[in-house]
Amino acid sequence: MALLSALAAQLLHITLMLLAAPLVVGVTRWLKARLMGRRGASPLQPLRDWAKLLRKRPVLAENASVISEAAPYAGFAACLLAIALVPSFAQGMALAPLGDLVLLAGLLTVARVALALAGMDVGTAFGGLGAAREMSFAAFAEPALLLCVLTFAILAGTTNLDAVAVAMRDGGLGLRVSLALAAVAMLAVAVAENARIPVDNPATHLELTMVHEAMLLESSGRHLALWEAQSALRLTLWLALLLAVFLPFGTAPAGSGPLAWVAGLLAWLLKMGALCLALAVFESAVAKMRVFRVPEFLGAALLLALLAVALLFVSTGLA
Amino acid sequence: MLTALALGITVLVMLAIAAVPLGRHSHGGAIIHGGCLLATLFLAGLALAALLAGPPETVMALPFGPPWGPALLALDGLSAWFLLLLGLIGAAASLYAIGAGPGPARALPPYPLFLAGMALTLAAADAFLLLLGFELMSLASWALVAQDHREAENRAAARLYLIFALLAGACLVPAFGLLAGQAGGLDFATLRAAPPDGWLAGAVLALGLVGAGAKAGLVPLHAWLPLAHPAAPSHVSALMSGAMTKIALYVLARLLLDLCGPAQPSWWGVPLLAVGAASALLGALRANMEDDIKTLLACSTIENLGFITMALGLALAFRGADLGPLAVLAAAAALLHALNHGVFKTLLFLAAGAITHGAGSRRLDRLGGLIHVMPVTALAALVGVAAAASLPPLSGFAGEWLLLQALLAGWKVADIAFQVVAAAATALAAMAAALAAAAMVRLYGLVFLGRPRSPRGAGAREVTAIERWSLLLPAGLTVLFGLFPGLLVQLAAPVLQLLTSAAVRPPASVLALTTAEGASAYYPLAVALLLGLALAALVLLVRRRSPGATQRGPVWNCGFIDPPAHLPFGDPLTQPTAGGIAQPLRRMLGGALLAAREQVEMPSPGDPRPARYEASFRDPSEPLLLAPLARLRDDITTQAERLRAFTIRRNLSLGFGLLVGLLVLLAWLEAR
Repeated sequence: MALLSALAAQLLHITLMLLAAPLVVGVTRWLKARLMGRRGASPLQPLRDWAKLLRKRPVLAENASVISEAAPYAGFAACLLAIALVPSFAQGMALAPLGDLVLLAGLLTVARVALALAGMDVGTAFGGLGAAREMSFAAFAEPALLLCVLTFAILAGTTNLDAVAVAMRDGGLGLRVSLALAAVAMLAVAVAENARIPVDNPATHLELTMVHEAMLLESSGRHLALWEAQSALRLTLWLALLLAVFLPFGTAPAGSGPLAWVAGLLAWLLKMGALCLALAVFESAVAKMRVFRVPEFLGAALLLALLAVALLFVSTGLA
Repeated sequence: MLTALALGITVLVMLAIAAVPLGRHSHGGAIIHGGCLLATLFLAGLALAALLAGPPETVMALPFGPPWGPALLALDGLSAWFLLLLGLIGAAASLYAIGAGPGPARALPPYPLFLAGMALTLAAADAFLLLLGFELMSLASWALVAQDHREAENRAAARLYLIFALLAGACLVPAFGLLAGQAGGLDFATLRAAPPDGWLAGAVLALGLVGAGAKAGLVPLHAWLPLAHPAAPSHVSALMSGAMTKIALYVLARLLLDLCGPAQPSWWGVPLLAVGAASALLGALRANMEDDIKTLLACSTIENLGFITMALGLALAFRGADLGPLAVLAAAAALLHALNHGVFKTLLFLAAGAITHGAGSRRLDRLGGLIHVMPVTALAALVGVAAAASLPPLSGFAGEWLLLQALLAGWKVADIAFQVVAAAATALAAMAAALAAAAMVRLYGLVFLGRPRSPRGAGAREVTAIERWSLLLPAGLTVLFGLFPGLLVQLAAPVLQLLTSAAVRPPASVLALTTAEGASAYYPLAVALLLGLALAALVLLVRRRSPGATQRGPVWNCGFIDPPAHLPFGDPLTQPTAGGIAQPLRRMLGGALLAAREQVEMPSPGDPRPARYEASFRDPSEPLLLAPLARLRDDITTQAERLRAFTIRRNLSLGFGLLVGLLVLLAWLEAR
């Protein structure tokens, strides 16, 4: 019975995430447009775009290899598995034992490598440029993320995401300076990983500073739809991860029934809406930075995360 | 079992002798490499049997040895684990060598000798035989590095390699000597019974780390590795990178974790951790800058050896702090990553050989688009590259997961200095892993994807069937080891016990790797199945919504016009180059760590000269270590040269002074 309920929660969670992904992107875009004084497209616009792209026949370059055709699927599958491991409205889902934070980072790397290889497949200048930059940013984002994981591992005693979320929700940890620092670091990593302002501009094409879009220039039809959906999924994943770790309030505990799930779902939707608003406000308020300033931005995140860990060593008297 | 082991090594030595007359024979190479293939497979089977059935307790005395006693042969868990690694890599390399066709006759005899030296190092149960095997391995591999000696850079690489090999020997001999001096014997049982302490232990640690580090290519003694690996033929590079550097780490583990006893303090791990982290970072960063496939892979080897050394250091530190389960976790990370890296790096070096064979170049800027003409090589290389980029669920990720879990538990050592070191090491390891992924994407993207960059590269052909199989077999092993790392760690249980002296269950079940307390786990098979399920569902759903077949058209490239007719595979200048892909990291990290420089020379308007862009970097070990050493050598030589200008009177007084000095020393020793 418990297994069945965990399985149901897992399936509901995956469905929720797949539904939420286009909405998160659409709502953020709509909010940004409103903040800038425009009317903005409907929040459902991403879904319509993808449906349109799916109807079109993809055009591949003459020298495109099997990588161009397989990479969108591989990247999407890795993202899908990763997002299935991040708890949303309920804890103790069927895949919770698999949900290790290091594995999560690994799955995101799979998606990143698939994208970079697809960008290099045809041998165009833009694709290689984007791939090189994308892989380079990860060299700074990854250590910052791992140090945040170290903070959680010290506080919760494990790197299992579900267990971390439970430890954070049940309190006993209280408000800590370390957690605040880790949250800032993780936000910076999330911004960089999702190619948002100030690291990259998700609304541009054909700018010399772009990263993510540069790798997609040769994709079309269903391949482009898969890449776009994957990037929406990744944004949702990072926001859900931030919610699960830093704002786990209202989430239904493991083994609870459908009523608690509904409450958890409402709480999650509220939190997600608030986070989208925060993202839209932040993106409207800051300017995009030069591409070679990004290491400084991520380096600051790395230092903050290191500071969080060091403070933890001193404050908790682990020594 | 020990008799069989001795037999295997003897067969390898006999093959080396037989290779001298057979070298000129047209089928000589195939016969010798075939013999090596069988012998290494036999050794691997032997090691597997020893690990499965429990290693034999006995020690075999050989009928020869140093004047003071017989040489001893044994096969305990640690030896068996590395022997398994050697057997698998040796088999793949020998198979490739059969397919690649005959090389020069002078390169044939050292190859079996190299294998025999490595096997002898592993099978030795006393310091004398171990050092003998170690030096045999060094000299034989030097002969292989120097085999293409007509090119000046190969001669320089071989000379540098020999210097570092001599340094390794010059440090390991006194390290074992110090141990043996106070224990009163050379066999491992005697050494183990009398663990060193005080300054003696410190000296053994320093000498062992320098000696094994020089052979393993750990920073700052790594200068030879990116030069020597490309100089040797590909199957030898694979052996050197996959097996020989691991043998050096075996000596390190044997010396520091086994022979020095379990009572060494926790800080012993710190030098290893620091050296490992520096190697990981520098190797991974350099791999992003190099533009020769084999040099790039050699730098990636430095990085992976850094990971293994970090894990060994953590095992030492945790053991010293009485954290048995964590020590086992760290030791398991070291062993698993050693095996996995050995296999996937062999695969990548053999793929580099296949590329050289099929496309005629090792330079990234002369290759491109090989996935179309060399599909099998491309597939095998993709597996290797994905493992080296530590992507789940392949084998590289399993070892790294264990290492990161051990690092993330570093704070449990109750010493704030160590905690901070471990936190910094965590960040550096994560950065090195991300850099490795970048380097591997660069390698694969430039070599196999895109368009050809030279006419020779455009005319590339797939390699022979045997070469293809020698790539596909390690690729299969990489996938298999990635899916079942739990079984491997369980197989290593006796080794873990030997290394950590802790009777703790290994951190693994059949399907999973777990952390020390079992709080978190990694299920590679489940991850692979779920990924497959997601992929299948995705393809099905997307293709149902979007049934149209793909169309082919000219490259879009933001509307760039088609290349002119005289450039059959497009304008090479519009394709990213090795230097171009390296540019972001060169600017972000290279300037600080590798003294990377970029120079743009823009001629003034009206000047017909082309504009030039030059990018270069320098490994920090060159100005900081090699150059001062070279200056010191020159100074000493100049001083010593002055002896030749001495008058006979001075020469005589020199001899007299020496005689008196020796007599005084003798008198002092008598008086003590």
